[in-house]
Amino acid sequence: MGDFFAELGRYLGSANNRSQFFGDLLDHVYLSLVPLVLGLVIAVLAGWLGHRFASARSVLLVVSNLLYTIPSLALFVVIPGIIGSKILDSVNVIVALTVYTAALLVRPVLDALDAVPPHVVAAATAIGYKPARRFLSVELPLSVPVLAAGVRVASVSNISLVSVGALIGTGGLGVLFTDGFQREYFSPIVVGIVATLLLALIVDLVLVQLRDVLTPWDRVATTAGAK
Amino acid sequence: MIGDVLNWFGDPAHWQGPDGVPARLLQHLGYTALALVFALIIAIPLGLYVGHTGRGAVLLVSGGNAIRALPTLGLVTFLFLLFTESELSTIIGLVVLAIPPILAGTYAGLQATDHGVVDAAQGIGMTGWQRLWKVEVPISLPLVLGGVRNSVLQLVATAAVAAYVGLGGLGRFLLDGLAILDYPQVVAGALLTTLLAVVLDLALAGVQRLLVPKGVRLAQAASGKKAKV
Repeated sequence: MGDFFAELGRYLGSANNRSQFFGDLLDHVYLSLVPLVLGLVIAVLAGWLGHRFASARSVLLVVSNLLYTIPSLALFVVIPGIIGSKILDSVNVIVALTVYTAALLVRPVLDALDAVPPHVVAAATAIGYKPARRFLSVELPLSVPVLAAGVRVASVSNISLVSVGALIGTGGLGVLFTDGFQREYFSPIVVGIVATLLLALIVDLVLVQLRDVLTPWDRVATTAGAK
Repeated sequence: MIGDVLNWFGDPAHWQGPDGVPARLLQHLGYTALALVFALIIAIPLGLYVGHTGRGAVLLVSGGNAIRALPTLGLVTFLFLLFTESELSTIIGLVVLAIPPILAGTYAGLQATDHGVVDAAQGIGMTGWQRLWKVEVPISLPLVLGGVRNSVLQLVATAAVAAYVGLGGLGRFLLDGLAILDYPQVVAGALLTTLLAVVLDLALAGVQRLLVPKGVRLAQAASGKKAKV
């Protein structure tokens, strides 16, 4: 154990290793959060369709279930064949994780929109909101609490899945795992695991803050004891 | 491109011997089944205990979330180096990753059981065990099995990634194909892995249909809620 910490100290002591680590960390943040945003936008659009048209709803649920079933490595390597990118291009990971995020969030978006009380929608319509504006300024904000739970799951899953991209040569903290494995060297692997967990935790805390900022009425209701 | 993949599947050499499709498929299925059995043995009793008694719930939920955030590849390479390069280490990694979905499903299922129903069961004189097995377990079965399905998907995906540290199975086609830039083989591996995941998921959906008591299904249909997976 003492040996291990000495080795870890040596690893972290090298400026070279540190700069590589921070580069990998930045790649990781980029590769996991861009798909989170893109996937959320797609899921909200799809959810809007599914909420309005009953026939679109069942198709969406079947397709999103099926897409979510595809194993990560399989999706990563098939994307180049579909969109014509290079096998080692990091855009493959972004597209694949966007697909997963959207597939994961379709159901929460639908559930969240269903949970908006009909009388609120009716009131908004009655005071003159057009459907598009009503969706953006009434229905979507009200569905944030349910939606936020789904986004948190998706962010953890994305942050953990980006590492698999190292197998197809894209960046991120996964590089530390392949690197450590090839050199039979524990330090980069442990650093990579701990950094991934911390990143997931920090992003989760930020998302919780963001949810609270976006739902001020929830706080009022809690302090007023109405909940 | 599609033609190349079809040619790969049509080549009889790819269907024979230890590197053939049937052998790799069976290996993949074997790792999945083995890890699932261990994960069930650990996660179901633990989830039932915590869900029934309410003890250790915070620890279970936060611990489960932490494991979910664990990078698969990091865990697999770490265990491989730790246990000096044996296949057993990879199986341990698979078990670790298969536990959280089952645990979460079991716990959530018991948590979501209507308190009125549990109180009524106590009121008519059921003991703790009877309440657990005759009331709470049947009612929470859809969520428990939903957890098992998620866990199986996770296992099929992770077993493919574990091919990186030398595990057999369908992941070999993917990684060996990448190593020699044989793209048809890569796509064939990806298709087979996906097909296995989809078939297993559908099979478990069938099991779910068989096991969930009719009363629970009817109650769910009546309340307009679908079992979430």
